[in-house]
Amino acid sequence: MSAMLPVVQMKGISIAFPGVKALDEVDFRLFPGEVHTLMGENGAGKSTLIKALTGVYPIDSGSITVLGEDRKFHSTADAQRAGISTVYQEVNLCTNLNIGENLMLGHEVRGAFGINWRATHVAANEALRGMGLGHLDSRQSLASVSIAMQQLVAISRAMVTDAKVLILDEPTSSLDAAEVENLFQVLRGLRDKGVAILFVSHFLDQVYAISDRITVLRNGAHVGEYLTPELDRPRLVSLMIGKDLAAFASISRAATSLESAGATEVLLEARGLGRRGRVEPTDLQVNVGEVLGFAGLLGSGRTELARLLYGADKPDSGEVTMRGEKVSLHSPVEGLSNHIAFSTENRRDEGAVGDLSVRENLVLAVQARRGWARPLSRREKDAIVDRYMGELGVRPSDPDRPMKNLSGGNQQKVLLGRWLATGPELLILDEPTRGIDVGAKAEIQEAVVKLAEAGTSVVFISSELEEVVRLSGRIVVMKDHRKVGEIVVGPDVTTQAVVDMIASDSPPSGHTMAEEPA
Amino acid sequence: MSTMTASDSTTLPVTRWQRLTRSLRDNPSMLPTLAAVALFAAMLIYGELAYGRILQLNTMSNLLINNAHLVIIAVGMTFVILTGGIDLSVGAVIALSSVAGVMLAGAGVNPWVAVLAMVLIGTVIGAISGVLIQYFDVQPFIATLAMMFLARGLASMLSTVPQRLDNDSPIRELGTPIKLIDGPKVNDLVITVGVVVAVVVVIAAFFVLHRTRTGRTVYAVGGSEGSAQLMGLPVHRTKLSVYLISGTLAGLAAVVYTARLGIGQNITGIGWELDAIAATVIGGTLLTGGAGYVLGSVVGAFVLGLMNVLITRDGSIKPEMVTIITGGILLVFVVLQRAVTSRQRE
Amino acid sequence: MSARRAVADRVTGLVRKQWFWALVAILVLLAINLVNDPTYLSVTVNPQNGNLVGNLVDILRASAPIIMIAVGMSLVIATRGIDLSVGSTMVVSGAVSMEFLKDANSPESVGVAAAAIAMALVISTLIGVVNGLLITVLGLQPFISTLIMMLAGRGVAKVITSGQNTNARNDPFQWLTNGYVLGLPVVFVLALALVGLLALVVRRSAFGLMIEAIGINPKASRMAGIRPAGILMAVYMLSGLLAGIAGIFAVGSVMTVDVSRTGYQMELDAILAVVIGGTSLAGGKFYMGGAVIGSILIATLDKTIVFLGIPASATPAFKAVVIVALCLLQSQRVRSAFGRRRTSVPPTATPTAAVAAKEGVSA
Repeated sequence: MSAMLPVVQMKGISIAFPGVKALDEVDFRLFPGEVHTLMGENGAGKSTLIKALTGVYPIDSGSITVLGEDRKFHSTADAQRAGISTVYQEVNLCTNLNIGENLMLGHEVRGAFGINWRATHVAANEALRGMGLGHLDSRQSLASVSIAMQQLVAISRAMVTDAKVLILDEPTSSLDAAEVENLFQVLRGLRDKGVAILFVSHFLDQVYAISDRITVLRNGAHVGEYLTPELDRPRLVSLMIGKDLAAFASISRAATSLESAGATEVLLEARGLGRRGRVEPTDLQVNVGEVLGFAGLLGSGRTELARLLYGADKPDSGEVTMRGEKVSLHSPVEGLSNHIAFSTENRRDEGAVGDLSVRENLVLAVQARRGWARPLSRREKDAIVDRYMGELGVRPSDPDRPMKNLSGGNQQKVLLGRWLATGPELLILDEPTRGIDVGAKAEIQEAVVKLAEAGTSVVFISSELEEVVRLSGRIVVMKDHRKVGEIVVGPDVTTQAVVDMIASDSPPSGHTMAEEPA
Repeated sequence: MSTMTASDSTTLPVTRWQRLTRSLRDNPSMLPTLAAVALFAAMLIYGELAYGRILQLNTMSNLLINNAHLVIIAVGMTFVILTGGIDLSVGAVIALSSVAGVMLAGAGVNPWVAVLAMVLIGTVIGAISGVLIQYFDVQPFIATLAMMFLARGLASMLSTVPQRLDNDSPIRELGTPIKLIDGPKVNDLVITVGVVVAVVVVIAAFFVLHRTRTGRTVYAVGGSEGSAQLMGLPVHRTKLSVYLISGTLAGLAAVVYTARLGIGQNITGIGWELDAIAATVIGGTLLTGGAGYVLGSVVGAFVLGLMNVLITRDGSIKPEMVTIITGGILLVFVVLQRAVTSRQRE
Repeated sequence: MSARRAVADRVTGLVRKQWFWALVAILVLLAINLVNDPTYLSVTVNPQNGNLVGNLVDILRASAPIIMIAVGMSLVIATRGIDLSVGSTMVVSGAVSMEFLKDANSPESVGVAAAAIAMALVISTLIGVVNGLLITVLGLQPFISTLIMMLAGRGVAKVITSGQNTNARNDPFQWLTNGYVLGLPVVFVLALALVGLLALVVRRSAFGLMIEAIGINPKASRMAGIRPAGILMAVYMLSGLLAGIAGIFAVGSVMTVDVSRTGYQMELDAILAVVIGGTSLAGGKFYMGGAVIGSILIATLDKTIVFLGIPASATPAFKAVVIVALCLLQSQRVRSAFGRRRTSVPPTATPTAAVAAKEGVSA
């Protein structure tokens, strides 16, 4: 049996931040010509391990060996020179430049008079073609293409630099199914050429589809390294969280019982609600105490429609009535005054106020409703803090900590608490479980079911179709900025029904989606 | 095959018109720059119609000669603003440089050494700004404000009265007129070495920004510093160098200005950093960084210079109105930039 | 916990306070003056009117206008904005009040003084309103909008006085700016009282919380139902109003408005005081008390330089030293306090505060 040498070998890596040990004597190895997935909850240390490998964080102890040589990386440029390229979850490119400039930044083709732009763009277009992105023009501004495309450009950039190790940190969060398959095809091609690929993802299906090997981390420690075929799903999840999938089963049972209760008092009715360029005029109805799911591919307009329901964006057309009376939803202030609350998918930019404490974040919306002149008393604030930190299980339990110090999952819980504190009749949740660990996901989904049982209507948006099907009584299916249908979720409705509805919807004449210029 | 939305698929432009509109669509930041050019042209025409003798060689010559120093610091300011920073020290650097240089020359030091010293003073001040910003995490506004205070204070400590250059000092040669085109009577196209220096600076800046990796890094840093860092670009080195460039160019501008006037004084250059910023903004550079053209800043500088000419020529506009008018022009351009960027965001 | 450990913790807590080093700097400057003249710190009571006399009193009087604009500036900066027009607003306020007093020509009348002050303050607040409109309605960046008002403002003042340095006579007005109450200069007492009142309103209500929320994350604040437009408008109006008061203080001491020099570059002093006081230019948490201490430091510095016989035009150099020293101290403090590593953010991506200070908040 030939003993292949690993391309990357990390031994006994430890990194500590003030108050938390992020990595505790972690081992990791990566062989050429394989896709190796790193799995673990948020806070398990995956991102930290990658940042240690790519020179973003210095290590406290342990060793990193690349291609047999001991290395100490001081910067990302160091790591790149050693052949390690990384593509991050947020698109780390410059939207003020065009695609070709982004692809070739740092390696432009030079001539006698500095950078030769024509040759550079030729090289850029070639790289794009190699990644199946030949339909893009390298002179296009990066900001003019979708986030999904930008992500693929980011991955292409890694390939331009002739990487021997390609690290992909949650690369598929913004991609739809077809784009993911496209990506995987490219990754398999790279793997067959001998590139070592380190893959991090929350999506179990994708992990099983692409990986050769899986390493599990938990609470900063190495749990084990396994060959994918030898590790089944339940065991993987239990290794990661110590709980098991039974928790989800009980949520499904609770959700199903909700559906059969079937009260149909109408809370909100929207007619012709739309915004030019974002979502076409749509009719919608939300019933009291129901969980209404929005399903669709990326870019189908779910978030845009939801934002119109809250007033986060101003609609161009249509009107909304609540319990029969016409209401105006032109700003978040109006949304809140109509007892609607909205939890954005973009936690960092539109949700958390990082430097303020957890307490201040929790009471923010309630305080905003009351206005600046009527501050909440200490007692009122404490009541909110105690109730929601307890009910949602926010950890750590000190409400005076700055919000930014909390993990993603706990920040999401605090934000949920912020909206619940306003006592909404309709709570809109946009991707509330994105980027958070399995344990917190379950807790949030439980909370949604309980809310609906108590009479609050919930609009639930998620890219994970299973979640939507599991929780919703009814699903609004969207595609290409419009609603294509609704599905009432019975006991034998599965994600396939949603997929079928999206696929069977025929595009308007004169516009075909799946065509590419040769 | 990947599915995509309609905006992703493109056809390559065929005609020259298509290429131009495509260029504009891909680079919406060009619009304010084009507007600045249009404004300049409009001002020229208006001036000629209202006052006469604007569109002629000697007026153009004066415009070039009198604004050469402003062009140079506007170029330096463009580099800094492109990275999302700001340099408030350029006016004060010019004061310090010119006072020190003239005093050196007057003390018998070799005039070319004095010139070198003038430029290097700018480099040193720029270096201090850069180090404060890069290695001590001081915000650019504060760091360059401190340098502005420092330079102006030092200039005042050197001398509070004007220092004159000797009449036969070789430095003055940099300011002697060179006749390029001999027109009828006094209507000649005349430039100075200072103007040539300005032209060289502009060409060099254009080359660096569009044809070198350092220049591309400048734009990248302005677009997203975090991304540029993760892309492995030499962010720290580049951010330091833009302040070095701005300082050095301020020193160079001091040479050009002093050569023309023959005087170094501690109150020189008060408010010139604002002129440089105004020129840069009018020229289409975004204050938030990442977009802008050095040629635009040059046009912006000439817009300001021409405005001064027109006001002087008019004679009926009170001096106190000048600042109000400058403010008004700036307002128009900023609103224009805003309209462009908000459409981009849609 | 041992008593020694408790003391050590207290000391580190104090050292970490934003304004601590500013206080140290003030004491150092006073010490330098003391070396030069051992009687520097003496405060005597004037037997005729019971007023306190001395260098310290002069410093407090000189700090009053700076305190006004610095406190206003701290609120503006907290919202991630900046107000470069405060110096020009000062001179407009001074011009309006002096012109009014000169035209009214009643040196004894309290009513006339009150009317002059009222007019000046109304116009100053209007300047703040214009700033607020440019920023909230037109969505311009605060840096550029207030820069434009700064340029235009001084021109407006010159138009009001037709280019003259108007002077006027009015005793009640002068009492306000040059007089004493309870032995202390009226301006200083008034400044402290106004700051105290403002602090009460800002901190006791939710105004301060909303300002900080907008400064830290404008988008999230909007989504949470905060109306940025109202808060921003209020903040710029306050800044204008306080600058107007500062202008009255400034011209009242000599009863003359100098259209070229009054308020000239005072916005830089204000920003300096705010930063010294611990508020970050990037917006967010702000410290009004720190801004007050910063203002006193600047006044102390101004007086010290004159006292040491150095030409006043060299003052900026010393301000530069103070700024740099404080920035280094604040920066190193961060480093030594947190050990080798910062908390959760990777050491690379930090937005420059100048960018943040120039970015506005759209309504």
